[in-house]
Amino acid sequence: MEAGAAIIARNARNDNKAGIAQCACPRKLQRCSDMLQVKSKIMFNKKIAPNCFHCVINAPGIARLAKPGQFVNIRVSDGITPLLRRPLSIHKVKAGNVGLLYEVLGQGTQILAKRKPGEYLDVIGPLGSGFTYQRPTASSERLILIAGGMGTAPLVFLAQRLTKRDVIASPERSEERSNLIKIALSQEETQAPRNDGMIRYSPLVLIGAKSRSHILCEKEFKDLGCQVKIATDNGSRGFKGYVSDLLESELSTVNSQLSTAPARRFRSVNSQLSTVNYELLTIYACGPRPMLEEISRISQEHNVSAQLSLEAHMACGIGACMGCAVRIKKNNGVEYRRVCKDGPVFAAQEIEWGIHGC
Amino acid sequence: MAVNLSTNIGKLKLQNPVMAASGTFGYAEEFKDFIELKKLGAIVTKTITMRPRPGSRPARTCETPAGMLNSIGLENPGIEVFLKEKLPFLAKIGIPIIVSIASEIENYEYALLCERLDKASGVDAVELNISCPNIKRLARQGFCSGEAKAEARREDLPLISQDPQATYELVSLARKATKKTLITKLSPNVTDIASIACAAEEAGSDAVSLINTLQAMAIDVKSRAPKIAMITGGLSGPAIRPIAIRMVYEVYKKVGIPIIGIGGIIDLFSALEFFIAGACAVSIGTANFINPKTTIEIIQGLKEYLKSNKIKDMKELIGSLAI
Repeated sequence: MEAGAAIIARNARNDNKAGIAQCACPRKLQRCSDMLQVKSKIMFNKKIAPNCFHCVINAPGIARLAKPGQFVNIRVSDGITPLLRRPLSIHKVKAGNVGLLYEVLGQGTQILAKRKPGEYLDVIGPLGSGFTYQRPTASSERLILIAGGMGTAPLVFLAQRLTKRDVIASPERSEERSNLIKIALSQEETQAPRNDGMIRYSPLVLIGAKSRSHILCEKEFKDLGCQVKIATDNGSRGFKGYVSDLLESELSTVNSQLSTAPARRFRSVNSQLSTVNYELLTIYACGPRPMLEEISRISQEHNVSAQLSLEAHMACGIGACMGCAVRIKKNNGVEYRRVCKDGPVFAAQEIEWGIHGC
Repeated sequence: MAVNLSTNIGKLKLQNPVMAASGTFGYAEEFKDFIELKKLGAIVTKTITMRPRPGSRPARTCETPAGMLNSIGLENPGIEVFLKEKLPFLAKIGIPIIVSIASEIENYEYALLCERLDKASGVDAVELNISCPNIKRLARQGFCSGEAKAEARREDLPLISQDPQATYELVSLARKATKKTLITKLSPNVTDIASIACAAEEAGSDAVSLINTLQAMAIDVKSRAPKIAMITGGLSGPAIRPIAIRMVYEVYKKVGIPIIGIGGIIDLFSALEFFIAGACAVSIGTANFINPKTTIEIIQGLKEYLKSNKIKDMKELIGSLAI
């Protein structure tokens, strides 16, 4: 305890660790701050697809704290043009580096695209509440990741965490549910646990893109062991149509069995405790607003739990200004949540889509 | 060389003249990871109203050249939840806490809010937000009970802070309702801000803070739609600084009470302009979004500036415009 107190005192003198000075718990020393503001070196910043850039920054503090679904808020230049930071989803995390994927849409991203390796970026993160998930403990659980266009970005990080090897925790899984899913997804690979007790888990990833040249991260998902299906607007590869149509087609193969399953109880995904029990299927989606609205409708129709990562224009990005509001469903009256703090991930049935907010 | 940054505003004793501006700092909790809150001169909370307010329809913010628009719509949990859930954290910090208040039903509620805050320990001062451009004031006649009635009676009345007489009446009422330090926040959406400031002073305000945001607009050319849902909003950021400085200068010539300068301050030099124009303290707003450490960096910068210019006391800077 003595040593802990001394370390707290030393760190308190360091301006960057202001969060620790206010924290009384010695065990939280290095991780007292949930959010960091750091100057991060650019390791890589290149165009990888039409109008799409991959940027890697060295940010070990953020990398250590980051959870899938969270984002960083970046100052793209030192001055007042542009004024505000730009929020970007955390795309990948590896060895203290944070990968970002972005589209050049306006002034801010235009400037970011010109920044070079060796230069530094002022980055705040990790921000937001992230996806709620558990690494599957039985091969009968199925998670579906739906990536529309640039929405791919945070889902790669999620896939990284989902496919990390892990020992089976051996909870009880109902026999009945297990059999249902085996019948329903009989075309899919069902993998038996190996003798060493390790389970290989394969999420299903649906990627939606305008055309074959716009497909993002297919190789990344496959390398992580995911099963990938593609939808292109113009049919130049895979399913012709929107990724939400592809989802509907996937669900219809499962439908007849699933509809006899007990109704799912929804639990708030904003819980910090991640003790949510997933039933047969869970959807994680990120992409353009119309896609999310469709996924929301489809998932609720099929009674499947779905988590959506939303976007909103942000000013502070840390939950203080109330600018990035999204309307949530409420029986009487109006209520909003902050996309930067209460989100960006929300349960599909929470969102009141009527109000345009992005 | 020891330098003195401290300043007094009404009954408040600030260790330095740098504050966090209302609406840009929440109730301080979000900033605890970035700065040592107890080093600030003071914190002004997000504006509180009698009842909870959900705020305006999104989109609430957009970027403009060297600035931003906001139409948050005074989203806040209401006075009771504020006192119970937000004030405890603020009170523990150990620096003056200034609570900003507003009402859609003018005087009546301002007085109630002042009385409530007068009794709350942990609250050191009240800032009267009579200048927010993002809420519609309800009809003067009758007390509106219930959201539906309120909707029906909504009118586009001018803000209290756009009329010297209305300002005088409001501030007098608030003055009677609290003995704590009273600050009146002024609107720049007027022709003669000094006359409003004088009215506040005459009514007993301990200080004035200026400026609040400027009523402004931006249009998305592709969709031809306004960039924010409420069409117009408040402009803030470096773009408004020259207007803010001019207004501080004009008010400084006419009033004797302390002036808190607000408007696009992002660093030491922009803060210095306000002190020289006549502000005895400054409030940092939009800059907190760009760099959460701005307030602390300005305090540090002020110390070093005074030292290297051999100025012993902040007071020597205030109103030291060379004309």
